[in-house]
Amino acid sequence: MTDAILTVEELTIRFGAVTALDGVSLSVAPGERVALLGHNGAGKSTLFKTVLGFLQPAGGRLSIVDAAPGSNVARRAVSYLPEQVVFPKALTGAEVLTHFARLKGVAPKAALPLLEVVGIADAAGRAVGTYSKGMRQRLCLAQALIGTPRLLLLDEPTSGLDPISRREFYTVLEASARAGTAVLLSSHSLSEIENRIDRIAILAKGQLRAEGSLADLSRGAGLPIRIHVEAAEGRVEAVHAHLGGERVNGRSVVLTCRAEDKVGALTSLAALGSDVTDIDIALPDLDDVYRHYSVPIVEGAAQ
Amino acid sequence: MNSMDRMAAVAATEFRLAFRNRWVLLSTLAFTLFALALAFLGSGPSGALKADALTLTAASLSTLTVYLVPLMALLVSYDSIAGEIERGTLALVLATPLKRGELVVAKFLGHLAVLAMAIAIGYGIAGAVIAGVHGADDAGLVAWGRLLVTAVLLGAVFIALGMALSSLPRQAGTAAALAIGAWLILVVLYDLALLGAVIVDQGGMFTKTVFPALVLANPGDAFRLYNLALIEANAPIAGLDGLARTLPFPVSSAFVVLVLWLFAGLAVAWALTRRIRP
Ligand SMILES: Nc1ncnc2c1ncn2[C@@H]1O[C@H](COP(=O)(O)OP(=O)(O)OP(=O)(O)O)[C@@H](O)[C@H]1O
Ligand SMILES: [Mg+2]
Repeated sequence: MTDAILTVEELTIRFGAVTALDGVSLSVAPGERVALLGHNGAGKSTLFKTVLGFLQPAGGRLSIVDAAPGSNVARRAVSYLPEQVVFPKALTGAEVLTHFARLKGVAPKAALPLLEVVGIADAAGRAVGTYSKGMRQRLCLAQALIGTPRLLLLDEPTSGLDPISRREFYTVLEASARAGTAVLLSSHSLSEIENRIDRIAILAKGQLRAEGSLADLSRGAGLPIRIHVEAAEGRVEAVHAHLGGERVNGRSVVLTCRAEDKVGALTSLAALGSDVTDIDIALPDLDDVYRHYSVPIVEGAAQ
Repeated sequence: MNSMDRMAAVAATEFRLAFRNRWVLLSTLAFTLFALALAFLGSGPSGALKADALTLTAASLSTLTVYLVPLMALLVSYDSIAGEIERGTLALVLATPLKRGELVVAKFLGHLAVLAMAIAIGYGIAGAVIAGVHGADDAGLVAWGRLLVTAVLLGAVFIALGMALSSLPRQAGTAAALAIGAWLILVVLYDLALLGAVIVDQGGMFTKTVFPALVLANPGDAFRLYNLALIEANAPIAGLDGLARTLPFPVSSAFVVLVLWLFAGLAVAWALTRRIRP
């Protein structure tokens, strides 16, 4: 893909004997939101630092808007939210934002409204030392949004945010993506990013284990869907005879099927008419999907 | 032009932070009090000696400056790089278009502005008080002005050294320890070692040839020699300072030494920051 903002090909990063990234390929297009998932030490932060030009690849290539990482062109295109950052306690939120706006060549006047966007405008004049964890995280996000960057690199941006703040965060992110910003963010939870991300890449032990939409990943994992069928009074044998599956607690039948067989199962259910009083479909738990891709290899490594 | 604006932003933030740091305010206060105390202790007998009070105090103040100004400079600068690595802000700053050379120079300028202000306040208040009580002649004002300017230069040297030391470790605590070590070695132990060597040598080859060069090579001593050699007063001076009367080099060489230290310190700081992986 040549129109991608970020292209990573066969990237390998080593720290002495540790291979933090092992032949990772990934690309992010304008307006696309990609989530990077992986266990602790999977290599997520390492990938961000390499994209910023802080680490030298032992192999592979990467380019940001067709420029080398760390080059002037790349630095102007990229905005970063680090995993851990503590702003000077004595500065106010507005001063921090003004500082970074000037570093990025953006007029402070144009940047300050971002405090409103992330919901800490009330605290703009207060010292950062008095901010709560979530407020500091919001300030960090405001900093990253300065100057409508072409590529947003967000390393665990929602850590420390409460569920409502997380939703607000993804709303802000959606607006950025709609304006054409390419977003690469890391996270530890699949369920959190459901419906809020276009594509997911799962890293484990420095290797890219899976990549695609959430639906692709669920299908690829081949985890079963469970359909809970409640039969009408005295009709449970008939239902069981027709559908197969497993009988539970007198009135119910539980079917397990693969994602691609779901429609077929529902069609045969419909044929039962009034014998069925209720249906409940449980899709595979998202954290199960995540575990499917990332856990086996981690356990294997631990042995 | 963008580069200038970025550097102005960094320098302004450093200035603001140092200004809000109570240690900087406290050390300015301490410096002013010391200078005032010296002014009164030192200018007491000046009427009897018929020498200008400002000139006499400038001599004693140069010794105080050698101890205090490097300490204040290191206090302002030790945290500048290591602290930012530790807090994670360096990664953020270096992700922007700001270059590492710009960062070093801008931080240096911000710190220097703070220190120059502290020195100007201390010397200004003390000088004004002395001049108000005892009066001042032209020679005294020149000596005072020279002391102020070279004190800022000495401070600049130690800010650059502090930044270089701050670029070595990843923890601010380690940087603080390095800064204290540098102060002890350059300001205290160096002179003691030289004095000891002179005593052992008993006026031999070392004392005549190597010793003056070694004294001159130390930034603190160079600062003091420069000021004392140019002060036209028969104020009693002892120890290493006696060299000020018998220096086998032109006086300006002491000034050149300070400038060389400054550029060397900045160059080392810049070279070390280039190697940092934030
Ligand atoms: N500076 C370094 N020196 C040596 N090893 C490092 C360094 N930085 C990272 N590593 C190693 O590289 C691997 C990947 O680390 P990384 O920080 O990228 O993980 P991560 O996916 O961000 O984990 P987390 O979810 O805990 O943030 C780990 O094994 C880590 O120990
Ligand atoms: Mg990480």
